[in-house]
Order: sequence, then structure tokens, then C-alpha cells
Amino acid sequence: MSVNAPITLSVRNLIRRFGQREVIHGISLELRHGEVLGLLGHNGAGKSTTLQMLTGALLPHSGQIEICGIDLLRQPQKAKARIGFLPETLPLYRDMSVNNFLIFAAKLHRVPRAQITDALTETKRRCGLQDSGKSIIGTLSKGYQQRVGIAQAIIHQPEVIILDEPTVGLDPSQIRDIRALIRELGNMHSVILSTHLLAEVESICDRVEIMHHGRLIYGGSSTKMQQYGAQSGFIITLLAPPLLSELQALAEVQKVDQLSTTQFRILHADNTNPSAALLTLAAQHGWQAEQLVPLRTCLEDVFMQITQDEKS
Amino acid sequence: MILTIAHKEFRSLFVIPSTWFILAALQFIFAWFFLARLDAFIQVQAQLAQLANPFGATLAVAAPLFGTLALILMMLTPIFTMRLIAEERRNQTLTLLMSSPVSDCHIVLGKFIGLMILLSLIIASCSLMVLTLASGTQLDTGLLLTNGLGLILLAASYVALGLYVSSLTAQPVVAAIGTLAIFFGLWLMEVSAVDHDNTWRALAPTSHFQSFNIGLLNSTDLLFFLLFSIAFLLLTIRRLHNNRLYS
Repeated sequence: MSVNAPITLSVRNLIRRFGQREVIHGISLELRHGEVLGLLGHNGAGKSTTLQMLTGALLPHSGQIEICGIDLLRQPQKAKARIGFLPETLPLYRDMSVNNFLIFAAKLHRVPRAQITDALTETKRRCGLQDSGKSIIGTLSKGYQQRVGIAQAIIHQPEVIILDEPTVGLDPSQIRDIRALIRELGNMHSVILSTHLLAEVESICDRVEIMHHGRLIYGGSSTKMQQYGAQSGFIITLLAPPLLSELQALAEVQKVDQLSTTQFRILHADNTNPSAALLTLAAQHGWQAEQLVPLRTCLEDVFMQITQDEKS
Repeated sequence: MILTIAHKEFRSLFVIPSTWFILAALQFIFAWFFLARLDAFIQVQAQLAQLANPFGATLAVAAPLFGTLALILMMLTPIFTMRLIAEERRNQTLTLLMSSPVSDCHIVLGKFIGLMILLSLIIASCSLMVLTLASGTQLDTGLLLTNGLGLILLAASYVALGLYVSSLTAQPVVAAIGTLAIFFGLWLMEVSAVDHDNTWRALAPTSHFQSFNIGLLNSTDLLFFLLFSIAFLLLTIRRLHNNRLYS
């Protein structure tokens, strides 16, 4: 993904009310070609509502949505032809066969009649549905239904693909397949996906937006998010440990915590690293260093921290 | 776009076995009724021949048969219309249509036309039975055509109303019962009105079908059916649009 890639989706000040209650408070987003954006948030944070508005299934009370420069509210049909949407609950007609359903979806999204057969074969190949074309959707397993759902969203080669919790309810191997597929889609299209699984964000998203109570409270690349509030350091196991003060006396060490009799957590400044010095010292004094594990904040902690920060 | 949706609706009707059962049962009822009327007509034919201006088989057999079909349509349409939008909403498949590049108007018209094709088939199958009479007697084509037109218009008004009720709820059964209740209410309005010029009577689609049934092509009736159907189709489109706003 390059910074100069064209913007495919731009959203400004989206507001949505349910009755008197405002649930989405002025959201602004931008998505570039070839980018995978993860929309992260607790249940009920407004992720699905936002995504539904992006596809035109719900109308915002104010704000502006542009898909490839086309205003979704003014020219809904032209703009919607460039979107593929997989809602949270799969929109599948259970009594149709996979082929018929996908052909129907293609026609609905204005794929020219002559190209439908090619689009069908290509989409089935990408989603691994080659052998289930004639199956009735209702008889397929959940994982395959999910694939049909995704196939439905990409059959017309949309510029923007919107996936609402695409891996919910799948088994681990299916999750891996779907993630690989999303990653592949992200290279050619723009993808927005909502999720509350942080591992998903870690593995497939280029960029993360965190949503909390109808507001976007954090946006950044997913690697940047992992460093949010992180402190550099490592955990070292010494089988014959010295006194705590000896470790603290080391240059560049900011703080030492004793986790157990043999384990120490050592924190240091971002730009320095005392680990090499420590290891030499350990070898000289026979502290019997066994392992050294760099501290790595998991996304869960970061996410909790960001949402907590917002509350306070 | 409209035709894509209509085609899908029509096909989806035929993948459920109940449609086939209903069609078969209907054909049986028509045949039964048709033969009964025909039998009665043959018995009085000798006496009719003595009249100066006797009525023919079309009026004696076809018109009552179409009258029955009109009544059956009233009970049949809710069974088909209930699924149209309510079921899509319950199964969450409505989102697919709502997020596709089709307007609400396309969705509603597509569903309307899809079901109308099926009902036209039923009407056509009934008319075919009547056409077999042509091998034995002279048929009154004018009467047959007005009846056919009347039935299609009647079916259109029923489907439009049923579609609207279906768009109000997420429960197909509620939609079916609601639609049937309204149809019965309208029908009772016609039946209970003693006076022929009663204004209440004018509201009932069945009463407007009467003139078509006797071979009268009345512009008021034609206009009534058109306005009735268009009004409810517009209401359905409006309802779908509100769906995007308020739900």
C-alpha cells in the first residue's frame, strides 16, 4: 500500500440517531486503494451501524460518504455498484444453489451478462467453492456459507469491500483460510472489516481505527498501535541470580522487578539496550542465564488501555 | 434490475414444494367446479334452446368459474405475498437488496411482477380449461377477455396490498393473517352492502370485479384497480425507504 494510492472511500462527519438517541457521533474515515482497515470495538460500539451506513443500507442523519469520488447519498446506485458488503448475519437465500445465488448477486450488482460466467468461475476459485456450485446453500456448513457470503461481496470486483465480522463462528482452520483470502483481497481492493478479535487486526490489517461509544478514538497503523504506551524491556531468567541491587546498578537499566526467584523484568529506555552487557556480565559471574525474552505488548492490553484512557 | 428480482422471486416460488401442491390442488378445484357447471348447463340446454335469446356456455360455465377464481385469489394471495418482504427481513437477506445498486422502487416492482407471473399462470390455466369448450360450442371471446383482464387487475390489487402488509412486519405469518383479514374486511363490505350504490361497496375490489365478470369494461373499475395497486406499491416503496431511515 502506498501513500499515493487513490482514496476509494471517504467519510466525513457521519451522524446517526436511533429515535432521540445519537449512536454515531460524527465519524470521519478515509481508505486508500490496497489498504485493509480494521474497525475495532466492543460489542455495541456502533461498528455494524457504521458499516451499514457505508453501504447505503442505512441512511445517515447527516454527513457525507464518497465512494471513489461518487456521493453515496446523491447517486446511490452508481456508488453502490462499487461496494461489496458482507453483513454480520449472512444474507443468503438458503433454498438457492450456490451458482444461482452468485449469479443473482452478480446481476444485482450490474455485472454485464457476458461476463457473468467468468466472474462466477473466478470468484468460486478465489473462495474455494469450486466443488460446491450446485449445492443448496442451506445444506452447506457454516464455514462454506461464510465463503459464499464473501463470494457474493466480491463477485462484481468492487473497489471497496466491507466485511462485518467475517470470521465469527468459524473453526481455526477456516479462520486462517478466510484471513488469507482477505489479505489477498486487500492487495487489489480496499477492505474495511469490523471485528472484536484483536489477533485478526494483528494479522491482516494495515491500519486500525478503534471505535468506542459511536466515536473513533484512535487511528493508526496496526504496528504503531502495538507500540502504544509500550515500555521497552525484557524478561531474563537467571538460574543463579545475583542480588537485585547488582542488576539495578547496571548502566542503562531503569527498573528491575523480581518476578520469581529466578526471573527478572528489566525495563530500559527506548534507544538503549543493556541486554548484551547483561549477558556478558552473567557469563563472567556464572549467573547461568537461561533465556531472555523481549517484552512485547499484546494488542489486548493496548486496546484496553486505549479504551480506558478514553473513559478517564 | 426489476426483471432480475422478478425472475429470482418467480424461481424461488418453484423451489418450495408447497407451490406445486397449491397449483395442483387449485387445478383440481377448477376442474371439479368446471365439470359441475358444465353438467348443469348440459341438463338445461334443451330448455334453453326454446328461449328466443338463450345465453351460451361462456356465460353459464366460464363466468361463474372465473367468479370462483376471484374468490380463491382472495384467500390464495396472502399465502404468497407474506414471504415477499417479511421473510427477507426475518432472514436478514433484505440487507443484500438494500446494499445493492437497486432502488427501492426496483425491489418492490420486481417482487410484484415476480408474483404476478405466477398468478397469471394460475389464471391462464383456468382459462385454458374454459377454452376446451371451443371444440363443442361458440365462445364469447369478449366475455372471456374482460374476465381475464378483470382477474389480472384483481390479482394485481391483492398482491400490491399483500406486499405492503408484508413490508410492515418481520413475521410472514403475521403478514398473511393481516392481509387475509383486510381482504375479508373488504369482501364483507361488498357482501353486507344492501344498496348497490353504497359508497362502502366501492372500496371493495371484488365489487369492481363484478362488472368485468359480466363482460362490462367500465373505466371507473379499471381506474379503481390501477389506483388501488399503485397506491399500495407506492406505500411499500415508502415503507422500504423508511426502513433505511428508522431501523
